[in-house]
Amino acid sequence: MSFHPNEIARRARVASFILMGTFLFLVGAFFRTQVLLHTRFALKSEQNRLREVPLPAPRGIIRDRNGAIIAENVPGYSVSILGQSADSLRATLQRLSATVSLAPAQIEEAVRKYRRDPTRPTVILSDADFPVISVLEEHALDFPGLIIQSAPKRYYPQRSAVAAFVGYTREITEGQLAAPQFADYEPGQQIGVIGLEGQYETQLRGREGTRFVEYDARGREVRRGAGGRQDLAPEGAADLTTNIDLALQVYVADSVFGDSLVGGLMAINPRTGEVLALHSAPSFDPYWFIGRLSDDRYNQLRNDPYKPLYNKVLQGRYPPASTFKLATAIIGLQKGVVKMTDRMPVPCRGGFQYGNRYFRCWEKEGHGDVTLARAIEVSCNTYFYQLGIRIGLDRLLDGATALKFRERTGLDLPDESAPQWPASREYFDKLYTARGWTEAEILNLAIGQGHNDQTVASMARFYSALATDGMAVRPQIAKGRVERQRILDLSDVQMTALRDALAGVVSATGTAGSAQIQEIVLAGKTGTGQRPYPQPDIAWFVGFAPANDPKILVSVVLINRTHGYNAARTAKAAIEYYLKQSTVQLTGTEG
Amino acid sequence: MLRRTVTDYHLVLLALVLSLFGLAMVFSAGQTDAPSAVTTVYQKQFVWMILGIMAMLVISRASVRLLDWMSVPLFLVTLLLLVATLVIGTGAGTAASSKSWIGIGGFRLQPAEFAKITVVLMLARVLASRRNAPRSLIELWQPALVVLVPWVLIMRQPDLGTGIAFIGIFFAMLYWAGVSWPLLLLVASPGISLLLATDTKLWGGWFLVLIALVLHYRPYLIEGVVLVVSNVIMGILAPTLWNRLSPYQQKRLLTFLDPQADPRGSAYHVLQSQTAIGSGGWFGQGFTEGSQKRLGYLPAQHTDFIHAVTGEELGFIGVSVVLVLFLLLFLRTTRIASRANDSFSGLVAFGLTASWFVHVLVNVGMTLSLMPVTGIPLPFFSYGGSFMLASWLTVGILLRISSEGRGRADALSL
Repeated sequence: MSFHPNEIARRARVASFILMGTFLFLVGAFFRTQVLLHTRFALKSEQNRLREVPLPAPRGIIRDRNGAIIAENVPGYSVSILGQSADSLRATLQRLSATVSLAPAQIEEAVRKYRRDPTRPTVILSDADFPVISVLEEHALDFPGLIIQSAPKRYYPQRSAVAAFVGYTREITEGQLAAPQFADYEPGQQIGVIGLEGQYETQLRGREGTRFVEYDARGREVRRGAGGRQDLAPEGAADLTTNIDLALQVYVADSVFGDSLVGGLMAINPRTGEVLALHSAPSFDPYWFIGRLSDDRYNQLRNDPYKPLYNKVLQGRYPPASTFKLATAIIGLQKGVVKMTDRMPVPCRGGFQYGNRYFRCWEKEGHGDVTLARAIEVSCNTYFYQLGIRIGLDRLLDGATALKFRERTGLDLPDESAPQWPASREYFDKLYTARGWTEAEILNLAIGQGHNDQTVASMARFYSALATDGMAVRPQIAKGRVERQRILDLSDVQMTALRDALAGVVSATGTAGSAQIQEIVLAGKTGTGQRPYPQPDIAWFVGFAPANDPKILVSVVLINRTHGYNAARTAKAAIEYYLKQSTVQLTGTEG
Repeated sequence: MLRRTVTDYHLVLLALVLSLFGLAMVFSAGQTDAPSAVTTVYQKQFVWMILGIMAMLVISRASVRLLDWMSVPLFLVTLLLLVATLVIGTGAGTAASSKSWIGIGGFRLQPAEFAKITVVLMLARVLASRRNAPRSLIELWQPALVVLVPWVLIMRQPDLGTGIAFIGIFFAMLYWAGVSWPLLLLVASPGISLLLATDTKLWGGWFLVLIALVLHYRPYLIEGVVLVVSNVIMGILAPTLWNRLSPYQQKRLLTFLDPQADPRGSAYHVLQSQTAIGSGGWFGQGFTEGSQKRLGYLPAQHTDFIHAVTGEELGFIGVSVVLVLFLLLFLRTTRIASRANDSFSGLVAFGLTASWFVHVLVNVGMTLSLMPVTGIPLPFFSYGGSFMLASWLTVGILLRISSEGRGRADALSL
């Protein structure tokens, strides 16, 4: 019965219907995948094979005021890998570590970079040596996804001479990538650190380009410009022109400071704030940081007792000592408690008795009975002790605050320290309790000691007002709008008298007699800063020239020299070089 | 002579078109950007196709009576070969870890491909010898044994794809022999229990259905007990059996259940296949131009995933043409089965149809993640000499049955 023709025909019919139903279902399933979901899968297919390889942009070139190059780009090579997965990347790197020295920590760091953006090639070496590159090129087939590309790297032709302000670049760190202000950065990109590179990062950065490359399943490059996608060329950034006079800068760094002096120097145009030179010694070579800082170099920088990475112009704060006496004098003149020709009740016999304490003058023999002008020239402590008392603590504190001794200069570099000066009596109350201190503090403050720490930059700002018409200038390294603010409220006569006194400092009878320049009148003030034991004294000089029409103002501190006249000679060398070189240049241009 | 032999032009033409289409796709599968080992396999495939067509011509001269008579010895030889495969077999190509091939002379053959034919012949002989369709489970022991023994041998290789094909053949032929739906369901019940074992509620529901079915069908008491017990065992022993699967089988089944779980791991194949097919759109990226295939993202592109190449390069239109060709072929062979002269011939024709159908369904379904990845080839398309030869032998047998059948089987109407 079971094979009766009618039965068979019925089964064949059922079977045919099942067949047709199944195939209809299959066709429907393909219709869904191929027609309805086509866009999604087409995109997926493209993402599979088309990878975007970033083309790093050259950073903007940094130039000095005459166009000389401070920072430029030279051809370098970067090595990166297009990873398929974190595990395969780790395996490739482990094999790679036989050829290139890679620490396990570096491998893990690369894997973390990969995880942050798996579609982007993971940078392994941002600056590889040529020998490494040639070995890798040879074994390129063994390392799928290996990308060796030329990447512009930073170079500083004057090396350590410009380290104090130029900064350096390095690969962006994981910590930075996590911060919102670096949201538009990708792992493996270079970023400017400290100095101008850090300050003007957005301006110097340029725009990364993209190359579209087709990769096969094993991570081998098949063809470029695939899928009709044109490469996007990287856009270099515009040059950054600075006010730096590179010749002066190099002269200061190499000839004036050399390897023997430790300290900081800043040279500005007192009218415009243009920073002509800025040096901190001992220096370092910023090029060491390009690529990867070696352990040796790192230890060298770390173990140097004078801390090369600590900027002596911006970050270092030192008691301004006698260079501050001008501030005391100005406050006295402005409050009307003293005139340039006034003498103090107690002449200098080598010191001053205040209460139960005897405050010494630096000159044991004593300066005798002097006027304010002469007191400045010889830097008589006894005179300024009495002037401070006459001004009174509150007026002295407020007066110096008005002279900006509590404010940063606003120099266009990161990490400037704010100078320290007590805002009011509460400062001492808090420090010593209300009964723990006496008015004797005023004596120290009046001669630039005590609770007063200034930067080389802040002293330069103060003297810029003295050198000009009483307006303090904001020092600027990059070309910008001149920013000045009046801080001195003195008559022209008073200003001239003060400048004459400063010129007297650098004369045969002044404290900086050894810093005279032929045919040029240099005005300035020495200082010998005393620091808490066991730190040695430091040497200060702030001065400008020519005294009647200043073209350059130099503020300098020397940490390994103990007398102001040493600093004065340092400043003199820079000023003389600058003024004479300018003259030569001027003649050269005319001829 | 050809005119006398080839009496069913529709059948041969469909098979020939599918073979040539398949050959073109195997050629395309070898066209990759990186030089690969499969660049020239289309040449071998072509030789196998010619051999297959010759084999078809030869076997179509053998009468159905002869096949009937030969089915027992062929079956025994098959069993021997399958045992031999387990002892001296080797892996190859995309199934390198299994033992599926044996070398004979210079050739390497896959006995499992020919077993599909001989098992169909043997099963047809056993079922055709009965006067009535089996009405109880006990009456099914003979056909069950015919499939079970080679099935176990093949699963030992392991070759999950052929194993699935055997199950399809078994049920299809029982159906053609007149076994009723409820009885088929009861036969399948332990398997259904096994599939549902992962979910207690689902299994409980199925168990109630089973009890109702048993009460309705009223089998012998012993059968009823065996059914219920076997379902309970399957439902509860499933975890144990699961652990007996080799890790890659477990992985593939899991991948089937959730392809998104591990995109770079075992699900990678299926996702890449889907991506290739989906990116084809209406008309595809063009013959030999498929980027997924060219760049090596598509796995086993010349064997298991050849249909994905069709999808990527010829698009929905190309896929539809292939599927329609297969549907026409199966409708044709079903018609041959229904027009067969005797019950043996009908069972053979329908069994062979079912075997092909399972291959197409599982293979094509697999490329879209509708079926688990089991390594089952697509007839006439997937590269593989044994299967090409076996497929054309199948055409030869069907041709003979067609020519001995009642009336002319030319019309394609249902």
